[in-house]
Amino acid sequence: MTMFNLLRRPNSAPVARDRLQILLAHERAAVRSHSDLLAILREQILEVVAKHVIVEHDNVVVRMDRGATVSTLEIDIEIPTLARTAMPVCKRDTSAAMVQSRLARSSPQRVQSVA
Amino acid sequence: MTTMAKVLVVTSGKGGVGKTTTTAALGAALAQTGKRVVVVDFDVGLRNLDLVMGAERRVVFDLINVVQGIAKLSQALIRDKRIETLWLLPASQTRDKDALTEVGVGNVINELRGKFDWVICDSPAGIERGATLAMRFADAAIVVTNPEVSSVRDSDRIIGLLDSKTEKAEKGHRVEKHILITRYDAQRAARGEMLTIGDVLEILSMPLLGIIPESQEVLRASNIGSPVTVSGAASAPGRAYLQAARRLCGEALPITIPTDRKGLLDRLFGRRAA
Repeated sequence: MTMFNLLRRPNSAPVARDRLQILLAHERAAVRSHSDLLAILREQILEVVAKHVIVEHDNVVVRMDRGATVSTLEIDIEIPTLARTAMPVCKRDTSAAMVQSRLARSSPQRVQSVA
Repeated sequence: MTTMAKVLVVTSGKGGVGKTTTTAALGAALAQTGKRVVVVDFDVGLRNLDLVMGAERRVVFDLINVVQGIAKLSQALIRDKRIETLWLLPASQTRDKDALTEVGVGNVINELRGKFDWVICDSPAGIERGATLAMRFADAAIVVTNPEVSSVRDSDRIIGLLDSKTEKAEKGHRVEKHILITRYDAQRAARGEMLTIGDVLEILSMPLLGIIPESQEVLRASNIGSPVTVSGAASAPGRAYLQAARRLCGEALPITIPTDRKGLLDRLFGRRAA
């Protein structure tokens, strides 16, 4: 067991360096532009959705994963079928809609949205 | 839910003694027993619990967003990827400490009490607002102390605050307090180069929760972003933290100082375990 552990146990310092590089790249970018791109997208996507549907605060799940080359922003918004909304724009028969966007951080930047 | 949540603050006064390591390690140890645990980072502006827990890339909302009503608690909580019952509430990286209000923090802690068995608050260093708010609603406190003069002095100061500035103290109750000695080097203490456990306990006169030996395993754990009770559960600090967690739950375990088992090569060449 000890031998096995020794064999499969890589140094942890390179892991630490990689994690820090990814994290600091995002944080420095956020400081320079006063906000990070994923956070801006998160807010604006929610704003757009809120224009058409009344979004219950509780029914929104936002997940982010900031990577070195690819970051993902996943927004789950539950939209009630019986549209209690004042806006007739949105007549959906699904009980939940998911907006998922995948953001490639390599240049040129692209944004794909699946709605 | 019929649970009686316990709010625990991990504090020290002095910086760099191991509060965040302790919060992550004990949080994971308690959660591994099936208890629902949330670790809350109070170090606004200088958050690091997310990094030590390996969740730094997944932070969406933070404590201040919840306090200010921008996000719901459920949206800000991050579930650990290894232990199902372990959650993290991160601190804000950008906003300043004044954004935390006592009423706001009290509301968040109350809501957490309803959802978890253990609410573990990772205090910032110092005795300013962040530190006093982290301890404000605590039922119990772990004072992390290094066997070193400045750390012991600061611990004494923090114990004074726990007895005067917490909600419990103001109501005439006692906050349950424990000392956790970290970065302990038994060999140096034996050579008279380091305060002994006896010295520290005599000065602070407080019950001992555990002794965490100085170990390379703690750095390794933070390098890979995993609590030492998860990535190094069999290591000396891992075992020491696991025992401390059992004592927190009321078990009367004798206090031992676990040591890292050295391999044959290490013994032959007298190397430190890596």
